[in-house]
Amino acid sequence: MKEVIVSPSPHLHSSLSTRSIMRDVLIALAPSIIVSVLIYEWHALGLLAVCVLTCVLVEWLITKFLFKRPSTIGDLSAVVTGVLLALNLPPSAPWWIAVVGSIVAIGIAKMTFGGLGQNIFNPALVGRVFLLVSFPVIMTDWTVPDSWKIFDSAVDAYSGATPLGIAKEGLLNGMTLPEIFAQNDFSWKQMFYIQVGGSAGEISALALILGFVYLLCRRVIKPTIPLTIVATVAIVSGIFSAVNPDVYTGPVFNIFAGGLLLGSIFMATDYVTSPMTTKGQIIFAVGIGLITMMVRYFGSYPEGVSFAILIMNCTVPLLNKYCKPARFGKEVKNG
Amino acid sequence: MRLKTFRMGGIHPDDNKISASAAVEVLPLPAVAYISMAQHLGAPATPIVQKGDKVLVGQVIAEPSGFVSAPVHSPYSGTVKAVEPRADFAGNMVTHVVIDVEGDEWLPQIDRTPEIKTEITASREEILEKIKNAGIVGLGGAAFPTHIKLSPPKDKTAECLIINGTECEPYLTSDDRIMQEEPVQIVTGARIMMKALGVPKCYIGIEENKPAAIESMKKAAADYSGIEVVVLKKKYPQGGEKQLIDAIIHRRVPSMGLPIDTGAVVQNVGTALAVYEAVQKNKPLIDNIFTVTGKCVPQQKNFDVRVGTTFRQIIEAAGGIPENAAKFVSGGPMMGKAIVNLDASTVKASAALLVLTEEETLRKKESNCIRCGKCADACPMGLQPFLLSRLARAGGRQEELEQEKVFDCIECGCCLYTCPANIPLLDVIRPAKAEVIKIMRSRPKK
Repeated sequence: MKEVIVSPSPHLHSSLSTRSIMRDVLIALAPSIIVSVLIYEWHALGLLAVCVLTCVLVEWLITKFLFKRPSTIGDLSAVVTGVLLALNLPPSAPWWIAVVGSIVAIGIAKMTFGGLGQNIFNPALVGRVFLLVSFPVIMTDWTVPDSWKIFDSAVDAYSGATPLGIAKEGLLNGMTLPEIFAQNDFSWKQMFYIQVGGSAGEISALALILGFVYLLCRRVIKPTIPLTIVATVAIVSGIFSAVNPDVYTGPVFNIFAGGLLLGSIFMATDYVTSPMTTKGQIIFAVGIGLITMMVRYFGSYPEGVSFAILIMNCTVPLLNKYCKPARFGKEVKNG
Repeated sequence: MRLKTFRMGGIHPDDNKISASAAVEVLPLPAVAYISMAQHLGAPATPIVQKGDKVLVGQVIAEPSGFVSAPVHSPYSGTVKAVEPRADFAGNMVTHVVIDVEGDEWLPQIDRTPEIKTEITASREEILEKIKNAGIVGLGGAAFPTHIKLSPPKDKTAECLIINGTECEPYLTSDDRIMQEEPVQIVTGARIMMKALGVPKCYIGIEENKPAAIESMKKAAADYSGIEVVVLKKKYPQGGEKQLIDAIIHRRVPSMGLPIDTGAVVQNVGTALAVYEAVQKNKPLIDNIFTVTGKCVPQQKNFDVRVGTTFRQIIEAAGGIPENAAKFVSGGPMMGKAIVNLDASTVKASAALLVLTEEETLRKKESNCIRCGKCADACPMGLQPFLLSRLARAGGRQEELEQEKVFDCIECGCCLYTCPANIPLLDVIRPAKAEVIKIMRSRPKK
């Protein structure tokens, strides 16, 4: 008889792998990708292709020529980063912006730390924020070229700016929120299905929520982080808008406008850059919600989700160290 | 109604109970049998027979050598061929009594009639004495001498008995079979142990995936108000002592404590059956029900196997060694041990021979930890396996490992099973745990 394998227990392994998890994340992103391609057509597709290809290529080059180790692109994490970055770009962004963002995301935010699992910050967000502060004009240009429109009548109503941008702009110009809202359709229905004006991934809350449900069903993520962020945003904006509805936008608007859902579902839940225990995750998510609302209300940028997540990413090692899971047979009352 | 289960961690591997419908068959006697002297947790037994001695089935061939130890009885009649060291299934050299099997002659005091005796006449002391003399050990896996577990220390009180019929390990079906085939005997065994412990209450925990066993045990227990069959949600490692107590009576064994600290004593269904046979029928523990299984095995079976039969003989009886067999496991796939030597023989607590193909068992290549926390979610003891493994690999971090309670690890393997990056978590935690426990034991007592 040929040789037998002798190794310690357990002798079975679940079918789970990093690759299968990343594949699930991509499947969960599919509705948002489809919506972005439907709305922004070939430009969204082009940005996706450029981001994904650059991310994968950069990771491959670094593992091959700098690390001199077997390639890790098979785990699909670079593809996820590429897709997330593309979904965070304005539809009119030129292709080279996508290349620069991808190089920063993978080359600086991920591989410098040693690759997947070692990075402190979410790579796609680092890419996006790098572009936002380096090329503010391009990154906040939400105009939608005519040729890309498919819903002519609907899109005509918008200047192309995001709802958050419109609100901030109006407030800076001395308008009150009721006046701004009177000129624009910011009803939750409008923003829930398709909000035109915004990055590709922000368009449809419905598509993002479909992805969220898929991730929950596949047990890829737990609902703790997204729900806590949304709840924090709802509470903070609820209190502020109740105090002064002329200046502070309300909960529905803050939840559905901008990148809050995209950020809380797909970026704040990134395993590597979020805490591992429920206790830590709640602190992390409350922090994201608070910082987001601070930037939105008092900052110079209309949107603050990216900053909020990156800032809270810094706290993760500390949260992991001090938030321990409940031990069996400890801190439990018998009876 | 929501089914009970333990409240922390756990995983749901495919249960693969492919041998569940195979009724127990008696395995033919071997020509030569090898009886190990290390059949239980604790000191190995001391052989009292010599080469050339004639032995009968049920005769004592080795005596306990210490408090935590148990006698060994001959499962065969015949002539002692040798008393010599032989490799056990893991390759460790252990003293064996080798017997040339001749016929099947039993000691006359053993009651071999099919009559089921449900009336308990033995006193508490007689029961404990009989269990001790019958060499009964826990058949759930650890093989801890049963009489010790049934005599709690003076300062602790037993409140209830928990019979473990969960059989949460995938593939295994021997407990399922005996619960279907000998439920009255098991219930009687449970009643005997209740009497020994002086407890009024007994719970029999069975997982939901064994409906026939649940029904037969409920029927057998119906006449006894103190005995309750508790149907449990399927989840591994429900059969872990600490997990089972938590699932059934919602109490948690304190860290570094013993099950008796919760007032519960846990015994396996196989042990209950052995107790019945010892006390009611004078039969020592010389055989057990044994599952031969694996998807590649030609015929998955449940055998009544006498102690000292070789694994090779058992697999031959199940249709031979499969062509694509790559790993042989003594026990279940989660906590069983890989067999080095198929010519080694079974011991009292041997429960199964699982044959796996290379495809089923090969460890995949390790990649970076993605900090998903799935190992911590799966850990039934609330530990953080990713952290423990990192500390263990770093070396010299015993102090931190102790702070992180590595000693609480029950080695169930949930972490390794679930890790998407294929990090051999338990493989590196296990030796670190042993080392930390050694350090803790070497400290002067306060």
